[in-house]
Amino acid sequence: MSYKLTHLKELESESIFILREVAAQFEKPALLFSGGKDSIVMAYLAYKAFYPAAIPFPFVHIDTGHNFEETITYRDELVELLGASLIVGSVEESIKTGRAVEEKGYTASRNKLQTVTLLDTLEEHKFDAALGGARRDEEKARAKERFFSHRDEFGQWDPKNQRPELWNIFNGKKQLGEHFRVFPISNWTEMDVWQYILQENIPLPSLYYTHEREVFERDGVIYAALDAIPRKPTETVEVKQVRCRTIGDITCTGLTLSTANSLVDIIDEIASSRVTERGGRSDDKRSEAAMEDRKKAGYF
Amino acid sequence: MELLRFSTAGSVDDGKSTLIGRLLYDSKSIFEDQMQAVKDASKRLGLGDEVNLALLTDGLRAEREQGITIDVAYRYFATPKRKFIIADTPGHIEYTRNMVTGASTADVAIILIDARNGIIEQSKRHSYIASLLQIPNVVVAINKMDLVGFSEDVFNTIKKEYEEISKILKLKNVIFIPISALNGDNVVDASTNIPWYKGETLLHLLETLPVRVDETKLPARFPVQYVIRPYSDEFHDYRGYAGRISGGSFKVGDAVTVLPSKTASKIVAIDEGNQSLEEAFTPQSVSIRLADNVDISRGDIIIKSDEHKPTVSANVSVMVCWLNHRPLNVGGKYIIRHATDETRAIIKEVHYKVNINTLENILDDKTVNVNDIAHITIKAMKPLKYDSYQENRITGSLVLIDENTFETVGAGMIVHDLEDESFAI
Repeated sequence: MSYKLTHLKELESESIFILREVAAQFEKPALLFSGGKDSIVMAYLAYKAFYPAAIPFPFVHIDTGHNFEETITYRDELVELLGASLIVGSVEESIKTGRAVEEKGYTASRNKLQTVTLLDTLEEHKFDAALGGARRDEEKARAKERFFSHRDEFGQWDPKNQRPELWNIFNGKKQLGEHFRVFPISNWTEMDVWQYILQENIPLPSLYYTHEREVFERDGVIYAALDAIPRKPTETVEVKQVRCRTIGDITCTGLTLSTANSLVDIIDEIASSRVTERGGRSDDKRSEAAMEDRKKAGYF
Repeated sequence: MELLRFSTAGSVDDGKSTLIGRLLYDSKSIFEDQMQAVKDASKRLGLGDEVNLALLTDGLRAEREQGITIDVAYRYFATPKRKFIIADTPGHIEYTRNMVTGASTADVAIILIDARNGIIEQSKRHSYIASLLQIPNVVVAINKMDLVGFSEDVFNTIKKEYEEISKILKLKNVIFIPISALNGDNVVDASTNIPWYKGETLLHLLETLPVRVDETKLPARFPVQYVIRPYSDEFHDYRGYAGRISGGSFKVGDAVTVLPSKTASKIVAIDEGNQSLEEAFTPQSVSIRLADNVDISRGDIIIKSDEHKPTVSANVSVMVCWLNHRPLNVGGKYIIRHATDETRAIIKEVHYKVNINTLENILDDKTVNVNDIAHITIKAMKPLKYDSYQENRITGSLVLIDENTFETVGAGMIVHDLEDESFAI
């Protein structure tokens, strides 16, 4: 027998180890589920990690109210399929109760407001660990993130004072009121995620495949022409053949012109792509340290 | 495709971040929007049209402002042959703890030496850490060859001097490469400026060095992480011991012993998700089912009955790297994390500290401060089941956690008393 693991098997094994560590070390963990491919992979990994027992933590979806319909349908079907439970935190609700204030203007997005709803939801349910699908290859501030990322009682990240993480020993000890963000797929790249989806034959929301859609262009990024994004009078709507490379909420998801209608097509497209997947994310374009700043405040 | 993890260490201005930038750039792992961001940042820092590839890896605001690397940064790239994970660790003195962190999982350490300066204290420090953490391969990249006229003599002098150090430190597989990270000589493509060098380029070396072949040949170790009990009608009696194999391999039918209870049993199934395997090996995450209903919980270790057993003892001899600004408290109590086990322990004695700049032992000053490395003995509240770090990186390592702040304050590598000499210099 050849004692060699492929890189995908090794990454899977590492992630399952982390997921089990979370179940063992924390009293009340939750899995943050966005409906994007990374959190879908996380959901399937969690299913594998504890089979044949049920996944020992609920999925938490922070709903901006500006989601693609397909995302919500997919989410509900997946929860059913994997026998998981679901908790939804609503940004709409946070705005109504005055906990968050809606941004104004054409570039308004509820992306930043999610942090308020997220922290409130974690506190309301007394979750002490939140599993996220962030990857270190996504963004330069995330490249410095630990697997077990300590958050103080305000939910903040202190990048200069992170706990050293050695071998495969993870220290999830915390004071009352503090919590952890845990990132089991830290070491995966975008390509790894796609190859794994192909290998495991994981069904995805149709948004990831090519489809015809009414879109408009702003600052070189193509957006869905839906009510969530107010259009300027000069922005014209066209029908184009597009797909999502990442899925966030409608206001920050840039679409890619693409005819890819299978996983193999998508992998080919990414292999030859010259921009990162976050190149289409307007939330990262706000400033050079946009992600670092949002993370410090308690963002995903 | 296999996975290779390597760490890079170098002093300030050795060109470490530039080297990584070069590997990413030349292997076409940098995307246009990342490149544009680096170009913009270079301009802002007053570099004009000169692109500083270091800005690709220095991700935090403070790092870009000060032009230094503060924390371990992880970077990823792939070639058709392998996927690589780089732990890019800062080289300056106050961040030794990050170097240890990055090195703890590495298969290869790249040590950068500035050809103009030769071997300096920091090179010794990095080499000591590579030796302490038992990194299987060390690549000594002698950088900035362009600034010494690509001189073979300079290269050979540094090489000879380094070989003395690697002999003292008992480094395993040491390979020397003359490079210029800035211009790309011998990084991805062979250099025409260095015709006298007949060896491989850095990337080719990384693509071909053996990956952790030895781990699967070690005595089998399975630290139990979590017990899977579905309590469902369909899987009423299912009891799976979940964990990651941390040495050797296990087969269905193997006679096993559970430590510390010494209970004997037999493996009836090895599960991976909803599939059952005949055999599994390091570092797979699986769950193991046994023939007998034995009492097993998190922290126990399953081993093969006919193989070399770990030591079961509450007394542990450890080389510790101190990670915290509050010094080690002799006589004090700490939480110990060892594999999946947790207990408390008291620090009995500091034997000596290591001066990793001069590679000498210090016997007269036993205060263990941040970034110090020391040989200590601890006594745990219950027996640990351990191997030496030389034998097994997982069952031979532990961390110390402060009882009040819960910070990870020490990284420990277990030594057997007979082996103490292997770390003493």
